[in-house]
Amino acid sequence: MPQLRMTGRGLWITALIVPPLAFVALFIVYPIVSAFAYAFFDWQGLRRLDFVGLENFHTVLFVEPYRSWTINAFKNNVIVFFALMVLQNGLGFILAYALWRELPGARFHRIAVFLPVVLSTIIVAYLFKLFYHPLFGVVNITLKGIGLGWLAQPWLGQSGTALGSIIVAQAWHMVGFPTLVFLAGMQRIPGEILDAVRMETESEWVKITKIVWPLVAPSATIVFTLLFVGAFNWFELPYIMGGLDGSPFGSTDVLGLYFYRTAFGNVSAGQQDFGLGSALAVLIFIFIAIVAGVITTRLRAREIQL
Amino acid sequence: MKTNLIRIGAALSAVLVAAPAFAQDLTFWSWRQEDRAAYETFIDTFEAANPGITVKFETFEAANYNTILSTALAGGVGPDVMMVRAYGGLENVAAAGYLEELTTASVPALANFAAPAIAAESVRADGKLYAVPFASQTQLVIYNKALFDANGIAEPQTWDELKAAAQKLKDAGVIPFANGTATAWQNETVTFGLGSSLMGKDFYDALMAGEADFTDARFTGALGEIADVAAEYFPDGFIGLDYPSAQQLFSSGMAGMFIGGSYELATFKTQNPDIELGVFAAPGKTAEDAKLVGLYFDGGYAANAAGANKEASVKFLNYLASKEFGQAFANTLNNISTIPGVTFDNPLLAEVNDLNKSSIPYLMLAHFRYGEPSGSVLIQGEMQKLFAGETTPEAIGEALTTGLAAWYEPFKK
Repeated sequence: MPQLRMTGRGLWITALIVPPLAFVALFIVYPIVSAFAYAFFDWQGLRRLDFVGLENFHTVLFVEPYRSWTINAFKNNVIVFFALMVLQNGLGFILAYALWRELPGARFHRIAVFLPVVLSTIIVAYLFKLFYHPLFGVVNITLKGIGLGWLAQPWLGQSGTALGSIIVAQAWHMVGFPTLVFLAGMQRIPGEILDAVRMETESEWVKITKIVWPLVAPSATIVFTLLFVGAFNWFELPYIMGGLDGSPFGSTDVLGLYFYRTAFGNVSAGQQDFGLGSALAVLIFIFIAIVAGVITTRLRAREIQL
Repeated sequence: MKTNLIRIGAALSAVLVAAPAFAQDLTFWSWRQEDRAAYETFIDTFEAANPGITVKFETFEAANYNTILSTALAGGVGPDVMMVRAYGGLENVAAAGYLEELTTASVPALANFAAPAIAAESVRADGKLYAVPFASQTQLVIYNKALFDANGIAEPQTWDELKAAAQKLKDAGVIPFANGTATAWQNETVTFGLGSSLMGKDFYDALMAGEADFTDARFTGALGEIADVAAEYFPDGFIGLDYPSAQQLFSSGMAGMFIGGSYELATFKTQNPDIELGVFAAPGKTAEDAKLVGLYFDGGYAANAAGANKEASVKFLNYLASKEFGQAFANTLNNISTIPGVTFDNPLLAEVNDLNKSSIPYLMLAHFRYGEPSGSVLIQGEMQKLFAGETTPEAIGEALTTGLAAWYEPFKK
């Protein structure tokens, strides 16, 4: 028969473990599980009606107009992910390398690059909204000023430029984060290895591809995974800069906005559908969890190979 | 007076604390943060006439108000009295059974309200009324009187005169229309603020009777005209211009006209107290065509069906439906009260009230926000496409009709 009597030590452990477990259960596990449950019911406003099985999932994936909305939002998320991979992580790596090499002014730039990360998203969004203003925006005025007036655009109003403009704002805002992680990774590279390389070659390119990149691979894993999760949960910037409808006509719509609109409604639609919203949330959650898991294990494996 | 009120208030709260059994504490929810001061005054008037009832005014962010309200009602912690939206936004809350049904027995003043106002706060399925409608809004053209006078422009009577007026302003170096369409819902405002007379009452009646759909030439023709005017007379890059910037362009005097709702009048006056405003209904093709504004109702005051103080709530609703309240509402908030017999000190509001006599409902809001995709979402996106040159009016007619057919019975084939 197992020992059930609480000894002093057991009590201690229980007392220490139960509060955090209860916290996690109440505020993390319970909401996730209930969102899963909500997705299987029919809703009228916020009132739960009948159990409908997989109906909600079927609707968001296969029934018009939801089907094309889902595809459009998902497609935009994919674009955001790849664009940010280049703009934010690529640039971050280059910046980190420049800072690590202690180019002139590195001290100042180390702070300057990271500063935007500290700004609140709201501030960044409004700042860039002003930059892109068709009449008074810095971007258009500068273009006109240097004789490139024909390049001046209503940046946030065209389907061709709106999403790109918001992505640039996001990259500017967050580029300091991958920079910091890469820089930390580079600073961990042992001096002996670098000395050894210096004996062999003077080429920066060889240094980057053969030594630095493989040795910061763990940093890359972290940064890529976080970017993936971030890109598919993207909400604030498109919400403030494009609006809840992904204006113009859905070209800045992403899954986050689409979920919010579906679950909570917006003024123009007047419809709230918690069932469809929850189904979307569940799908987004599963997708992110699986892909992030795959990315992490694959990149981990690659770290060792390199 | 004020200290007296505070004293009375303090005494009342002392009584309330001491004897909660007698307390009739009402909570009153609203999305009108900017009207707080005015509502506190209205509430003071009510409390003075109804000793023993106190009303606590609480506001929430407008964009998320419906979400917050329905969540609270579903959780049983909703307010006693609340502002609710109209049309589809009302149904979300009312159809779930959270609101107390109102009848002429419980709120006698409702018998005199205009039928469209009552319809806006009723649920279509059972025809029952759930809120006292509070304000109507009108979609029309607002203009800067000084700029019109300086350029010798009179209120246009025909569509060509409207274009001529815009051309005059443009020649004088003034932006004719301040509107931008980067903010999605502004597209709907522009479409019906400018196009209601072009579409005409016949089209509206035929649409409602199920004899016409959006592929009708009266509708698509109007869209084409609107797009032409926008391309020619809206600000450069207007498709990337957001709503607040457009408002600023107009109130700063850089633009001569603004297509928008009567709710803009107060905003423009606040942004620029010196601006002199005029309003007109956008004209139709000829001077004989009826000049129509787009009219809709904003919302209403409703009572919680599960509230603890229902009797006091209904008493408060009766006050909110009274002419005394309507007059105070119109005078302090510069809104068109729906309460019959209210007069307007503000000549502009009086004019808007006159224009309202010749109107069609603000189409998508009044009739096409009851299912997904809503007519508003469709027209907003489609008009953005049209302004960007990525679609045609005929294609929009087709897209609206087939899109709405997903839930709108008369369009199902």
